[in-house]
Amino acid sequence: MALPIRVLLAKVGLDGHDRGVKVVARTLRDAGMDVVYSGLHRTPEEVVNAAVQEDVDVLGVSLLSGVQMTVFPKIFALLKEKGVDDMIVVAGGVMPDEDVAELKKMGVAEIMLQDTPPQAIVDRLTRLVEERGAR
Amino acid sequence: MPRPYIPSEELARRVEEDETFAVARLISRAEAGMPEARSALGTIYRKAGRAHVIGITGVPGSGKSTLVGVFVQKLRALGGKVAIVAIDPSSPYSGGSILGDRIRMADLALDPGVFIRSMATRGALGGMAHAALDVVDILDVAGYDWIIIETVGVGQDEVEIAHATHTTVVVSAPGLGDEVQAIKAGILEIADIHVVSKCDRADANRTLADLKTMLKDTQPREDGWRPPVVGLSSLNGEGFEALLDAIGRHRAALAASGGERRRKAIAAFRLSKTAETLTLERLKSLLRSRLDDAAEKLSARRSDPYSEADHLVRAFTGEKDHV
Repeated sequence: MALPIRVLLAKVGLDGHDRGVKVVARTLRDAGMDVVYSGLHRTPEEVVNAAVQEDVDVLGVSLLSGVQMTVFPKIFALLKEKGVDDMIVVAGGVMPDEDVAELKKMGVAEIMLQDTPPQAIVDRLTRLVEERGAR
Repeated sequence: MPRPYIPSEELARRVEEDETFAVARLISRAEAGMPEARSALGTIYRKAGRAHVIGITGVPGSGKSTLVGVFVQKLRALGGKVAIVAIDPSSPYSGGSILGDRIRMADLALDPGVFIRSMATRGALGGMAHAALDVVDILDVAGYDWIIIETVGVGQDEVEIAHATHTTVVVSAPGLGDEVQAIKAGILEIADIHVVSKCDRADANRTLADLKTMLKDTQPREDGWRPPVVGLSSLNGEGFEALLDAIGRHRAALAASGGERRRKAIAAFRLSKTAETLTLERLKSLLRSRLDDAAEKLSARRSDPYSEADHLVRAFTGEKDHV
């Protein structure tokens, strides 16, 4: 018995570009996942609060504003503070290659850039949740 | 990297300290209907019963989430902790869902005395009603004084959930059809309190008047409570004192008279839903093994659905077939 995969999709900071995240939300829903959407202009604190309360499998942060190197360290620190160590954190949007490498080291499980086909997002999230196993 | 599984009994103990992670994780397990979590949820049930539970229901677009967002701030000003369970429909095609209620409750996002949880109608395997009420108990034991269950008042299950609460609030909005629509929707009779939202709009007076006229014609309730009609505007923050007052009066009336009866009715609903879930779970595993055979006979018209179903149920209950 497995529940649908739960995902929180979040937009953080001064970034009003939500077309992409909404397309991803619909894609994941159509793949049978439960998607909680945060809405625009959230802070890392708000996003982590929501992710913990919702007990999502995956926290996905969409960024098109270039602040990834500020936002993700904060998110990981907050998750740790709240005692959550099994949440899968992924990133989506537009970001430079050197940031992608850094983010991976930091623990971001997948970074899906602008050319990622929708089905690839579904497949990668599904695989990540399978690998993590039951909780 | 697999991590050690935290037993549900341990989570239940941590719920009592209102540890957010434990509350959230045990809720997930209740939703999943995990057999491992059942005894922990039983323990939780025995400790619950302190919170006042409010069901808020209304058709899509009636302004429930926005209303809840403002209402909870008013409740918080009184001092108690508040939890919100927001139930949204799953897609009938994919089974997935987009849960957007948090967007309208953004002002509550950092309040440590507020817990918000979104649920999809099909997210709970084997019975949403039964899972939703388990979730309420977990939040109750975690120390939330007020628990609000918000449902879209369209499915039978959702209407029932809203009604399995101490106070049921039905939200109507102007511009969503006339009073005949409201009768058709069939959720008006479960209301302990009627709310007309969006009263900043000019046509809200008409909705208020329609609703009041219609309620005049209804039979008085057995418990003597007369559901009041409260007009409010989430946009201007107006009317919420009247709503708080109505809830306070209903709570007092419950305590004074029909409280015991309502509690028993809720408990009976709870028991029957849980029994349904457990029965269906077992019946379904039996069905899976026999469905193909039976379906073949049916499609060839060598049997009929009544005989086959009767046969299955008898196999399940251990009664003898009467052939």
